[in-house]
Amino acid sequence: MEVGQMQRRLIEYTKSLFMEGILDDQFLQLQQLQDESNPDFVVEVVSLFFQDAEKLLNDITRALDLQSVDFPKVDAHVHQLKGSSASVGAQRVKNGCIAFRNFCEEQNVDGSLRCLQQIKQEYYHVKNKLEALFRLEQQIVAAGGSVPMMELSF
Amino acid sequence: MESCNCIEPQWPADELLMKYQYISDFFIALAYFSIPLELIYFVKKSAVFPYRWVLVQFGAFIVLCGATHLINLWTFTMHSRTVAIVMTISKVLTAVVSCATALMLVHIIPDLLSVKTRELFLKNKAAELDREMGLIRTQEETGRHVRMLTHEIRSTLDRHTILKTTLVELGRTLALEECALWMPTRTGLELQLSYTLRQQNPVGYTVPIHLPVINQVFSSNRAVKISPNCPVARIRPLAGKYMPGEVVAVRVPLLHLSNFQINDWPELSTKRYALMVLMLPSDSARQWHVHELELVEVVADQVAVALSHAAILEESMRARDLLMEQNVALDLARREAETAIRARNDFLAVMNHEMRTPMHAIIALSSLLQETELTPEQRLMVETILKSSNLLATLINDVLDLSRLEDGSLQLDIGTFNLHSVFKEVLNLIKPVASVKKLSVTLNLAQDLPVYAVGDEKRLMQTMLNVVGNAVKFSKEGSISIIAFVAKSESLRDSRAPDFFPMPSDNHFYLRVQVKDSGSGINPQEIPKLFTKFSQSQSLATRNSGGSGLGLAICKRFVNLMEGHIWLESDGLAKGCTATFIVKLGIPERSNESKPPFTPKVPANHGQTNFSGLKVLVMDDNGVSRMVTKGLLEHLGCDVSTVSSSEECSHVVSHEHQVVFLDVGMPGGIDGFELAATIREKFAKRHEKPLIVALTGNTDKVTKENCMRVGINGVILKPISVDKMRSILSELLEHRVLYEAL
Repeated sequence: MEVGQMQRRLIEYTKSLFMEGILDDQFLQLQQLQDESNPDFVVEVVSLFFQDAEKLLNDITRALDLQSVDFPKVDAHVHQLKGSSASVGAQRVKNGCIAFRNFCEEQNVDGSLRCLQQIKQEYYHVKNKLEALFRLEQQIVAAGGSVPMMELSF
Repeated sequence: MESCNCIEPQWPADELLMKYQYISDFFIALAYFSIPLELIYFVKKSAVFPYRWVLVQFGAFIVLCGATHLINLWTFTMHSRTVAIVMTISKVLTAVVSCATALMLVHIIPDLLSVKTRELFLKNKAAELDREMGLIRTQEETGRHVRMLTHEIRSTLDRHTILKTTLVELGRTLALEECALWMPTRTGLELQLSYTLRQQNPVGYTVPIHLPVINQVFSSNRAVKISPNCPVARIRPLAGKYMPGEVVAVRVPLLHLSNFQINDWPELSTKRYALMVLMLPSDSARQWHVHELELVEVVADQVAVALSHAAILEESMRARDLLMEQNVALDLARREAETAIRARNDFLAVMNHEMRTPMHAIIALSSLLQETELTPEQRLMVETILKSSNLLATLINDVLDLSRLEDGSLQLDIGTFNLHSVFKEVLNLIKPVASVKKLSVTLNLAQDLPVYAVGDEKRLMQTMLNVVGNAVKFSKEGSISIIAFVAKSESLRDSRAPDFFPMPSDNHFYLRVQVKDSGSGINPQEIPKLFTKFSQSQSLATRNSGGSGLGLAICKRFVNLMEGHIWLESDGLAKGCTATFIVKLGIPERSNESKPPFTPKVPANHGQTNFSGLKVLVMDDNGVSRMVTKGLLEHLGCDVSTVSSSEECSHVVSHEHQVVFLDVGMPGGIDGFELAATIREKFAKRHEKPLIVALTGNTDKVTKENCMRVGINGVILKPISVDKMRSILSELLEHRVLYEAL
């Protein structure tokens, strides 16, 4: 497959992610920060996000499993997760975190658990998508082309 | 008279004679005396008698004659001398008077005779005047009748009424037995009995129009007496015993609108006449009088005029009805057209979105599917799906583009792009197809061709792809060469495009692209048709290539939008073809940033753009967030150090750091504000203090007040974009303070 076709595919795919609300503007900002001096910026940040998020999700799960839930601590974790997801532009995860924090304030365990499930789902979803995206980018680079920039025009 | 005074009558028989004489004389005398008496008596009675003197003379004459005869009576017997003398005197007198009278009468009698003549003359004159007055009266009557008739006729615009009224009024005025109107049939070869006075429903008698009697009537504009036995007059059975009444016929011209010229009287030389037949009552011994004939002629003329008025009115009403009908039909058609246009626009609007979205989904997901593990059959199937959907997508785009182009609603997306890479892209896209067909493709870009240009990249590429694609499509072998260069003014004016006047300026240049192929060529006569929609070349070779025929039409419109021109040249069939187009592109402005490839927009630059070497410290406990902020600042050229906790921050911060970014949103740990306060204390005595900027996701006023309290120079709301960071930094460095409206 030629480079041009792959590039177009990449753009379409990225567009679809935006249209579905999985990613937001912040992701574009990240992409803009990627240049010759920092060619793998996005991948690095996103990988860091994946590590961070998984650790935080585990922590939150364990904390909610306890008999008496330490809500401030859970809240702190969720705050961190919210910050991370906001930084990479994982919109749905961020929104889930905001909702989670409300439940934490209410000290609502069931609500929190449900919210956690949802956040996890969203997280794995966005992870898959981003990994697919990066694979596409790698293919393009391997074929000799350059990764096209997204234009938020729709 | 004999006077026999002396002689005694001898014979007694003479006594009888004498007696008779005696008696006669007596009566004569009596008569003579009575005549003047009568005369006097009657003259006295009459008022006028001019000749009294004559009368006296005559009376005297008569009296004397009577006296003479009277005196004669005495002379029969013996009479004395006195009697003789008296006799003599009277005779003398009588002689005198009678002579005088005789003389007088010679003068008088001619006079008297002339009186008589004059009397006779006057009598004749009176008779004549009487006659004339009778005539005038009749004429006036006629005139009155005509006026009344005309009034009756002209008071209606209905043909039928006009004709009926005519017949009725004529019948009344002239006391006719029958009055009939024969109208020419449509064929013009016969006359048909259309209206009659007495009969209610005339049965459709027809007579041929070329009868001699009819020709005679038609050839003159006067009323013509015709025989009661001719076919037009034999309308009703003979009612009378002896003689049918006299019949008169007159022509009635049927005038058309065209006969009325504007300053002319209507020409009576029309071809169509109707025939009016009038019959006097039978057995009446009436004759047609001249004035009656005149009346009939006048009426016939009036009828003609009235009929033509009625015809004009009919026609104008018919025309008006027709116009109204047409109006209604036109209105309907217009509304239908509007509905159709609205429907089409709605359809296009729906198509535009609804059709494209699923197409993209299909294409994107099929491409993704292609990347996964597939069996060969599956791969084939997916490739087919992809190919077909790409084709469909292209077709949809083409059609939608063309509709928008035709509406005039298409606008170019102007932006800066890499011109060279557009060409390379086209080449890359076309190379696989070309290599399959064993065609060699060469690209030749001129040295002075700018790398970057301003224009609609997508559509330029579309145009080029179309042109190059056509070159490949219609070539079975050989080579394709693409040459691109900047068109100079001399070469811009082309004889093939005589109405194209390009004007290069400082901001624009004209790009000229020539695509030459060695393929099947085009018949020069077909070249004009190529750019019209949906037209396909007739030659069999090209028919099999497929395509919608829209490509070149769309290209032409794009090129026109880009203020350019496109044309094709070919030396003939199988001699190859050269497609050339010239488009106007802008020259981009210089900018300081090194742009990554395919960046569509030149970012707006505000203030200082180069923060190279600016030493910055970022404090954020969230790893990801920290990394993003660092990347952001490094992208702007700063020298960034990062710490993840407040303690670390307070240790690391030095006077070299010009700006310190603190994330103040973390719950727990040392408050960001405290940290800020600590930092300020650290450098309280120093001249150069780092600027402290708080990054927060909080939007409330309390945060802002707290920041101000501890001496923080600026607060920024997360998330931050590159542009925002840039403007923040420049403002910060300029003014040493920045407070964003939270």
